[in-house]
Amino acid sequence: MNYNWHWGVLLETEPGGTGSYLYYLIVGLGWTLATALAAWVIALAIGALVGTLRTTSLKWGVRLGNLYVEIFRNVPLIVQMFLWFFVVPELLPEAMGDWIKQMAPPWSSYLPAVMCLGIFTSVRVAEQVRAGINSLPRGQRNAGIAMGLTAAQTYRFVILPQAFRIILPPLTSEFMNIIKNSSVALTIGLLELTGRARAMQEFSFRVFEAFTAATVIYVLTNLVVVLLMRALEAKVRVPGLIAASGAPQAGH
Amino acid sequence: MGFDFDVIQRSWGYLFRDGMTFTLTLTALAMVGGIVFGTVLAMMRLSSNRVVAGAAGAYVNLMRSIPLVLVIFWFFFLVPYIGAWVVRSPEPIKVGAFYSALITFTMFEAAYYCEIMRAGIQSIARGQVWSGYALGLTYGQTMAQIVLPQAFRNMLPVLLTQTIILFQDTSLVYVISATDFLGAAAKVANRDYRLVEMYTFAAIVYFVISYSLSMLVKRLQDRIAIVR
Repeated sequence: MNYNWHWGVLLETEPGGTGSYLYYLIVGLGWTLATALAAWVIALAIGALVGTLRTTSLKWGVRLGNLYVEIFRNVPLIVQMFLWFFVVPELLPEAMGDWIKQMAPPWSSYLPAVMCLGIFTSVRVAEQVRAGINSLPRGQRNAGIAMGLTAAQTYRFVILPQAFRIILPPLTSEFMNIIKNSSVALTIGLLELTGRARAMQEFSFRVFEAFTAATVIYVLTNLVVVLLMRALEAKVRVPGLIAASGAPQAGH
Repeated sequence: MGFDFDVIQRSWGYLFRDGMTFTLTLTALAMVGGIVFGTVLAMMRLSSNRVVAGAAGAYVNLMRSIPLVLVIFWFFFLVPYIGAWVVRSPEPIKVGAFYSALITFTMFEAAYYCEIMRAGIQSIARGQVWSGYALGLTYGQTMAQIVLPQAFRNMLPVLLTQTIILFQDTSLVYVISATDFLGAAAKVANRDYRLVEMYTFAAIVYFVISYSLSMLVKRLQDRIAIVR
């Protein structure tokens, strides 16, 4: 193939003058991680709540949880991104909508991106939490009640601590998904890693150097996450259980 | 502020005849291509030849560790060069957004279909393969006539669920300015400055299609579960 590689471009100064292109991409990784981590907090909180609600005996709670999951699972991520960025500020009370729209540049994209990714991922977390709770033997819940615990206490002290330890491996892959999915935020103007690789390609015309560098950074990030989570999994694994491999699942 | 939902009616033909046709054609072709290539990858990954298995594994893991948006950019710029190399042209050739997207989604989704098919193949009892060999069938015959039909059937609901995800993911061709359903909606939204109406409408259309398909998959799953 006729392509002249020029790796030196990574050390050249980017047009904004903040430093080399490599530094520019690394800052992009910072934004990717900052978006993914903040969204992960939202995803875990809502996901744990909704997933638990769907295993209770509250009929309206189960229905409400199902509705929430179906809505956010069946709309593409980029469309949800546009809803949070273009539509939500228009539907909020005017003062609040204006406040969001007038935030300084990275933040006006960052906030909608975090909300969008957090809620999008919370649905997947909710599914995992529900599956984890349902995988526990029924006797666990009955034993809790027989000991005189209330339903809430049974969840708090018996069911949830075990469920979370069981679903750690699938949660790891959801966390890696949230890192990858944060790249969709470039469509609403957030300059995270992929967005910066595209910008670098536009400034320098070094297409494949830019995308190769971004690819390598993503792969390394994945590797670090996998190693960290493997250490955590080994630490919190429920003794006596075979490590859950899980059924094959669709994903992206 | 006032809403103008009339804009949807005015642009109906553009949205569905142009946009939705692009989306559905892309989804269908990428599904077929992705499942075929994914099945080949799965057989490679399960091969006893270390080099073959390693190459397929590396490909699948690479595709699964980078974002789809980045993969779309990669192929958008790479396909013209590959095309030039194939037809021995000195200059990168022009490839339209559709073919670029088709190649991207086939190559990307194959990695995900591969993992599903691999689980499907591994779910078949080893004795069936040995019986095939004992009957004098070759590897190809054993795979094509005994293992793959069963693996495919067992994994059908997961393969279809992955296809619903593929259908949703095709909306990301927005980043290369293709006119799929979302691209058409976005173009109308920006032309008439009706972002709220158009994006809400797009969300509803995607929801209705994905939800209906997922209900169908659920029914299919129940039927298959009874037979087994």
